[in-house]
Amino acid sequence: MTEQEACIRTRAVYRRFEKKEVLHGIDLEVKRHEIFGLLGPSGSGKTTLVKLVAGIDEATSGEVDVLGTRMPKLSMMKRIGYMAQSDAMYEELTAKENLEFFGALFGLHGGRLKQRIEAVMELVQLKEALTRPVGAYSGGMKRRLSLAIALMHEPELLILDEPTVGIDPVLRKSIWDELGRLSQQGTTILVTTHVMDEAEKCHRLGMIREGRLIAVGTPEALKQETGSASLEEAFLYYGGVRS
Amino acid sequence: MRIRALVIRIIRQFLHDRRTLALLIVAPLLVLTLMYLVFNGDAYRPRIGVLDLPTAIADRLRETDASVKSYETKAAAEGALAAQDIDALLRIEDGTLLIKLEGSEPSRNRAVLLAIPQALQGLDKAAGGDSQSPASPFAGQTPEIEYLHGGADMTSFDSLSPVLIGFFAFFFVFLIAGVSFLRERTSGTLERLLATPLHRWEIVVGYMMGFGIFTCLQAMLIAGYAIGALGSLMVGSFGLVVLIMLLLSLNALSFGVLLSTYANSEFQMIQFIPIVIVPQVFFSGLFDLETLSPWLRWIANITPLKYGADALKSVMIRGEGWSSIALDVYVLAGLTLLFMAANVWALRKHRKI
Repeated sequence: MTEQEACIRTRAVYRRFEKKEVLHGIDLEVKRHEIFGLLGPSGSGKTTLVKLVAGIDEATSGEVDVLGTRMPKLSMMKRIGYMAQSDAMYEELTAKENLEFFGALFGLHGGRLKQRIEAVMELVQLKEALTRPVGAYSGGMKRRLSLAIALMHEPELLILDEPTVGIDPVLRKSIWDELGRLSQQGTTILVTTHVMDEAEKCHRLGMIREGRLIAVGTPEALKQETGSASLEEAFLYYGGVRS
Repeated sequence: MRIRALVIRIIRQFLHDRRTLALLIVAPLLVLTLMYLVFNGDAYRPRIGVLDLPTAIADRLRETDASVKSYETKAAAEGALAAQDIDALLRIEDGTLLIKLEGSEPSRNRAVLLAIPQALQGLDKAAGGDSQSPASPFAGQTPEIEYLHGGADMTSFDSLSPVLIGFFAFFFVFLIAGVSFLRERTSGTLERLLATPLHRWEIVVGYMMGFGIFTCLQAMLIAGYAIGALGSLMVGSFGLVVLIMLLLSLNALSFGVLLSTYANSEFQMIQFIPIVIVPQVFFSGLFDLETLSPWLRWIANITPLKYGADALKSVMIRGEGWSSIALDVYVLAGLTLLFMAANVWALRKHRKI
């Protein structure tokens, strides 16, 4: 993969907290425009890894490059959209006020800000609830609004940590359809999940277990290589549990 | 631009959350009013029982503030004392005047012990002052009393109010700012802020400015209410009072935000109150510290509230100007900047850059 093609590139990334080492040498490459899924159980280090890529956290050792720039770097934040596991919004404010606030932090203002709010709310189908306080939103609505906030500044790289937890199947499908459209328009998407059927929708997958990347490839290739009928079986195979 | 966004957001949060706004503005006024009612009452009139006393003394006693009740038998008088119907019993035993105090309430003891000598002194004068040695030219003369500051009609509320308004400005801002910033962390919005191009110092400055608007409002309201409505003694400049109050609340703001870093829940934030707030009250000048051992008194020098309260007392009670409060103002401002810098540094825990 050339420098041009790579959106994310990590080399020998280790992350240690106090005494516990969470990531043990992650080498990962994510191409531009692809939807790359990080599949692994909770506690496997997915969130830690995406935080390093998002520039919120810094690796203990190793290199993380995003769009050809060494992370963490503050100026790169404008090109990255990050949606955390928690919804992280101001509940007493309305959806519009939340969007205006985060939009302004990314330098959006005036007509452009209005236009982006329209666009993202259209996208997550929350236009009717724009002026409602977020505290009155249902869990699924909050999740969608959180996604909308991450999309406000049209990031080149979108990082989603468990984006569809607690969302009903219909909505989950519509969000995945949207992610597909975004990637066609040129957005690179890094998404973590522990749901296997969601992992199937990714262009490529990285399986992560106990802080190690155990396999990388398209969902089909991973299944084929291990002779498994499902990703779950493939995961077990790479995890060393062979049936 | 980004700081402005933060400020606007904080203002909007306050406007949506009226209850918190009320706590910031109404609660101090309410407590201040209660304090006013408690400390501004008339001086206590001691109730003194007399038993077998010459009528001259009893009459003199009646002329003082005390209410006097005569008893016929010792048993009745002692019974009244035990039942707290009277605060003291005055009688003559073996030719000497004996005062027996109920004794469980120091302020009442003082009132009694003040009233009785007053009455006896009057008695000497009435008798012609011949018991005094005529050698002194001032004999029998009542001294003229002058006050450098304050005055004869200064109440305990007048002396407490500078400390109280400073304390309320400090306490409520500390609590609200601390809890707000804590929620930013526990709800995950802090992480979201750190995923934007916002600098760490911009977060701290934005918080100081956003909350600063409301604390400014609060400072003016509390000071205006205490002085204007409750008639607290005020001989200095109102502008200086507001300046000190504002600095004190900004200090509380930065201090609360800093401490919230070390709390994991609202409950843990509340736990800081007895540890860092209550001791400050003791050292702020609400109580006289002269009798405290010097090393303990030194603690006062590290409490922000002390500087605020000292400066407020200087301005409100003694009418002093800028030169006498300058040091307090500089210390408060310096501590605030120090806390802010510590905040910026503490945020490193969440994002290094």
